[in-house]
Amino acid sequence: MPRNQDIKKVLVIGSGPIIIGQAAEFDYAGTQACRSLKEEGIEVVLLNSNPATIMTDKDIADRVYIEPLTVEVVEELIKKEQPDSVLPTLGGQAGLNLAMELEEAGFLKEHNVRLIGTTAETIKKAEDRLEFKATMEKIGEPVAASLVVENVPDGVAFAEKIGYPVVLRPAYTLGGSGGGIADNREELVEILENGLRLSRVGQVLVERCISGWKEIEYEVMRDGNGNCITVCNMENIDPVGVHTGDSIVVAPSQTLGDKEYQMLRTSALNIISELNITGGCNVQYALHPDTFEYCVIEVNPRVSRSSALASKATGYPIAKVAAKIALGYTLDEIKNAITGKTYASFEPMLDYCVVKIPRLPFDKFISAKRTLTTQMKATGEVMSICNNFEGALMKAIRSLEQHVDSLMSYDFSDLSDEELLERLHEMDDRRIWMIAEALRRGVSYDVLYSITKIDRWFIDKLAILVEMEKALKEGPLTTELLKEAKRIEFPDNVIAALTGKTETEIHDMRKENGIVAAYKMVDTCAAEFAASTPYYYSVFGSENEVEETRDRKKVLVLGSGPIRIGQGIEFDFCSVHCTWAFEKEGYETIIINNNPETVSTDFDIADKLYFEPLTPEDVESIVDIEKPDGAVVQFGGQTAIKLTEALMKMGVPILGTSAENVDAAEDRELFDEILSKCRIPRPSGGTVFTAEEAKKVAAELGYPVLVRPSYVLGGQGMQIAINDHDIDEFIGIINRITQEHPILVDKYLVGKEIEVDAVCDGEDILIPGIMEHIERAGIHSGDSISVYPAQSISAVTKRKIEEYTKRLAKALHVIGMINIQFIVCGEDVYVIEVNPRSSRTVPYISKVTGIPIVPLAAKVIIGHKIRELGYTPGLQKEADYIAIKMPVFSFEKIRDADISLGPEMKSTGECLGIAKTFNEALYKAFLGAGIRLPKYKNMIMTVRDADKEEAVEIGRRFEALGYRIFATEGTAAALKENGVKAIAVNKIEQESPNLMDLILGHEIDLVIDTPPQGADHAKDGFLIRRSAIETGVNVLTAMDTARALVTSLENTDIKELTLIDIAKVE
Amino acid sequence: MKAFLILEDGTVFEGTSIGSKREMISEIVFNTSMTGYLEVLTDPSYAGQAVVMTYPLIGNYGITPDMESKKAWPDGYIVRELSRMPSNFRCEGTIQDFLEKQDIPGIAGVDTRALTKILREKGTMNGMITTNEAFDLEEILPKLKAYEVGDVVSKVTCSEKYVLPGKGYKVALMDYGAKNNIAKSLNQRGCEVTVYPAHTKASEILASNPDGIMLSNGPGDPKTCEDIIAEVKKLYESDVPIFAICLGHQLMALANGGETHKLKYGHRGGNHPVKDLRTNRVYISSQNHGYVVDDQTLDKSVAVPAFVNVNDGTNEGLQYTGKNIFTVQFHPEACPGPQDSGYLFDRFIEMMGGAK
Repeated sequence: MPRNQDIKKVLVIGSGPIIIGQAAEFDYAGTQACRSLKEEGIEVVLLNSNPATIMTDKDIADRVYIEPLTVEVVEELIKKEQPDSVLPTLGGQAGLNLAMELEEAGFLKEHNVRLIGTTAETIKKAEDRLEFKATMEKIGEPVAASLVVENVPDGVAFAEKIGYPVVLRPAYTLGGSGGGIADNREELVEILENGLRLSRVGQVLVERCISGWKEIEYEVMRDGNGNCITVCNMENIDPVGVHTGDSIVVAPSQTLGDKEYQMLRTSALNIISELNITGGCNVQYALHPDTFEYCVIEVNPRVSRSSALASKATGYPIAKVAAKIALGYTLDEIKNAITGKTYASFEPMLDYCVVKIPRLPFDKFISAKRTLTTQMKATGEVMSICNNFEGALMKAIRSLEQHVDSLMSYDFSDLSDEELLERLHEMDDRRIWMIAEALRRGVSYDVLYSITKIDRWFIDKLAILVEMEKALKEGPLTTELLKEAKRIEFPDNVIAALTGKTETEIHDMRKENGIVAAYKMVDTCAAEFAASTPYYYSVFGSENEVEETRDRKKVLVLGSGPIRIGQGIEFDFCSVHCTWAFEKEGYETIIINNNPETVSTDFDIADKLYFEPLTPEDVESIVDIEKPDGAVVQFGGQTAIKLTEALMKMGVPILGTSAENVDAAEDRELFDEILSKCRIPRPSGGTVFTAEEAKKVAAELGYPVLVRPSYVLGGQGMQIAINDHDIDEFIGIINRITQEHPILVDKYLVGKEIEVDAVCDGEDILIPGIMEHIERAGIHSGDSISVYPAQSISAVTKRKIEEYTKRLAKALHVIGMINIQFIVCGEDVYVIEVNPRSSRTVPYISKVTGIPIVPLAAKVIIGHKIRELGYTPGLQKEADYIAIKMPVFSFEKIRDADISLGPEMKSTGECLGIAKTFNEALYKAFLGAGIRLPKYKNMIMTVRDADKEEAVEIGRRFEALGYRIFATEGTAAALKENGVKAIAVNKIEQESPNLMDLILGHEIDLVIDTPPQGADHAKDGFLIRRSAIETGVNVLTAMDTARALVTSLENTDIKELTLIDIAKVE
Repeated sequence: MKAFLILEDGTVFEGTSIGSKREMISEIVFNTSMTGYLEVLTDPSYAGQAVVMTYPLIGNYGITPDMESKKAWPDGYIVRELSRMPSNFRCEGTIQDFLEKQDIPGIAGVDTRALTKILREKGTMNGMITTNEAFDLEEILPKLKAYEVGDVVSKVTCSEKYVLPGKGYKVALMDYGAKNNIAKSLNQRGCEVTVYPAHTKASEILASNPDGIMLSNGPGDPKTCEDIIAEVKKLYESDVPIFAICLGHQLMALANGGETHKLKYGHRGGNHPVKDLRTNRVYISSQNHGYVVDDQTLDKSVAVPAFVNVNDGTNEGLQYTGKNIFTVQFHPEACPGPQDSGYLFDRFIEMMGGAK
């Protein structure tokens, strides 16, 4: 079927801010789809509230709206832009839900807009629990049997019908408390009685227990003609019970015979056909490890995280093909972009093994429980490719950038055997390291399998790695042994540590014996057809396939690795735009990255893609083959910056700001020198290694002081200390990981926080705009609400900021990007941080000012001057818009994580509010972040003493809006004294009724809770904040945020939101 | 122990010996299936050939009861890595032991991707697996060039006819090297399947009054099966419905004046798209063939193309004009590979008169 010519203008809905469970993969899918649509001459209108995405770029869509993802906004947008179709299956669950709401309300029909891709009926069949169950029963596909019961006899009867064990899930309890797994009648009765009592509605779901089964996924495509294919299957190493997003996943499946493989494949095709899906779909299965029995766990009738992974694992561009199918094409009409010869109607065959490991945020949330459950906690993931499983696993481990490079990286040697096995019962992110330790102690595969339900095949592979550790330790290091160690991807530094040699010695021994990495191509077809797509992975002991290219100048772009708190999708935006800019300038571009969710790892972004870990050794192997003319490190976040020194040693010129100058910005003493030379003030401070030194510095400065390690990301480990005791605690935490660089102790200044990004060509600078944070200094810039243009600083201060930026950029010899954070106290301007690289705010400020900063910086790096590029240097004229960047958090996903904001970054994503007025922009920003008030007009305030005065002002304003304020004793007294009505309630540790009862009563809109500073009290109110978050109540932990929110609420008469096409902002 | 794979063009791969230590010369072909190594090893169509598995990790789930015939047929087996510890609830042993017991020489540790690229670029060629470290290329290469697959059908077919009882249609299955699942697929649909040795005369088959005749897959160059082709022609002339797979499909074409030729490197794997020209639906099929029918050489009055390969446009099936005969190049019986075209067995049942 050729394409449907009636489709001319399509609205694509994105997935909004990055949250846990909905991350960069939708930017990848959406970007690919938009490009695929534009290729067909379709006019693309894009809606996404997330300014850090590539899809919201005017290069990607014709009309770009960075507006809140609400029904009202989509309705307005459809009225304004009048698209003929909506493509809803590329924006994750958020996009899908919106489209469904509009469809069900009849709005789409009324405005002659059709849903393309999968129909509403199909989406309902797949998403609605009951309809899904009925559909599966109709075609004979098994689902785990379940029943909601309200009494014990019904539960027993049902359990006995479906067989033990059963899972019990009480309805509406906090964090699933009161549930459990029952193996027999006795246990069932006990748990069920308790669960029924705890459930607010007296209901418990009894479900066939499939935890411990193998979890297998199939990615399936189907076109309008009914042709179906499976792109890939994947096996979770972790059994059912750990969310697939938190599981280590391997593709293709490893422990399934052809019978199991084809059984599930046929089932997946039956399901996609019955659901009548046109496009991509993901089907998840639980497969009994000892029989052919299986259950369908879930069907996602859209592109998903797994489809991004499958696309990267196979080279099959699922989103691109899905977009073409939505236009009416059939699979056999769509060319396979990798081979250029064959068609999309085939199934990729892998001749390698892919391993994905999730990136979990426990380094950020130290208090959080590390246990992995059915609730996803990972913020991102890494993928690696090798022709053996061990190698793929080892490469994935070192791609994580979590101080891990082998199975020895977490030390469990101090645990007794019993303790170790006990810990293994609780699956956490360190499970494979624990299994490795158990293997070292000779625990049998059977015991490990019975505890973890991780297939013995994978356990054996871990054992092979452990055996290699032993062989290397025992020596001697023969050429053969080294070859074998490299075949399974032991990095040189690990081999060095095990053999007692230096890394250089290992490196040299490899070179002498020709043990070097070779690169193989991902070609979708196991070499059956010649492929032209240069998408490579490394292996040892094989023939190299990389074709030498020497015709153009060659630039190496280093990506930013896995998405984590502090280093998100914005760096992928920068890497991709940098690559495109260099390409336009006639360079051959090479990207190295390991994140399967991103646009940068799409095979058609750079001229060559190396899907590899970003460690010096892995990069060097590529450099040896490619011999690039230079490398760009400023766009890949801290990951790329950290490779600067190594690249220099390899003899690769760093394009843009030189390595010494990067170092000068990070090295405290050098930096202080530069600041004083430039006559720029900074908060006074010192560098220390120990708590004793820190206390001495703090005593000189006077408390409060800011404590942080140097060379970190997103303020990791940064804390405000108010006394010596805090210092002991914070330094202790920082020094858990050996610090190569000193710890910084600075005077903590309370003032306005200001941020600028600038481009410097060595002579001139260009500042697109000045951003001001709503929260006072002390809260990480990534967690602050950021306003452009700055609203409350004087023209004099602005000039000072411009001048300081210029002086600093020049003093640091910046060529390219620089990011500076200032504190403004009155008219005094202090510098608190300088990053000689692209920053988190670059995509945001580029979009709202219309200045393409990354391409501009790339051109400057190549040698162009700002003036010759058509720009007047200096601070640019302010735009006609106010643009507010609002952080978005995923606290509800991480149990036991403290949600109070501070110097350490905690947000996972961001959204934008852009409007002609400050109030409307602020309102849109809150709306985009999902804060939709009021529902009940009840709120709770409990603030520290220092905030009581402000609490009165804010409380009064909420009261004026009709809010009922509940407050803890002290706060209530302060409010009442000043004439604000407040109802005093007991603290959580006091008797009921107390704050907890209020929160669990589901009638509270908002909690304002500001914890006291310092280590001793920071945990006060922890339970309140957690309970509120887990029951879906908004919690604010800074007075400034609260003030902004009340301001926004005071302006909710903004009924008609004005929608702004970013593509037209100049 | 070291082993070497020596190709006709002089390329030598070094690896580790697996299975039998004896030397072998054969035609080297590659298969891209990611699962189903046991089905591949026991597919009689591989007689006279040595198989390279492009998927690097082989033997992960060991040896299961999924054999497609009584024994392993390839002359040799070439892999990147054999799993040292298989894991599967049906696992009965390791592939290492299996290869030894079946006396199949093999080599592991080969850069199978590099090898596949050579076969893709230069075409299928002959090769040798040897454990003799002192091999002499000059002496070996002429031997490799001289190797011919020859008459392998006689080697793989059953020696005597046998019956799989059923209550439905009586199907005569010509065993040119049939995979078990062909008989099974028919049997599961109720058919009584009588399996005949390849050289059984048409007269004997027709005398048994079958409701339908099934021509199976099998190894080798179809043109070398001259006697069988003559008998197939007689089957064609009867009015018994015929369904043929792979070699059977080629033999039927040759019996009716069509031509076959050898593909550069064949189709072997489980991901080949074939289009049903009646419905324009594309199915993913299991394939294993080195030869293909030139459908241009068959007059429309004899047969018309029914299936075409979406990748390279080669013929994948024929509908015989005015006849109740239908043949396909691919493997609807799967094992290994996708089960998407299993509906063709239902079509065969329809050809015999529908459900019974």
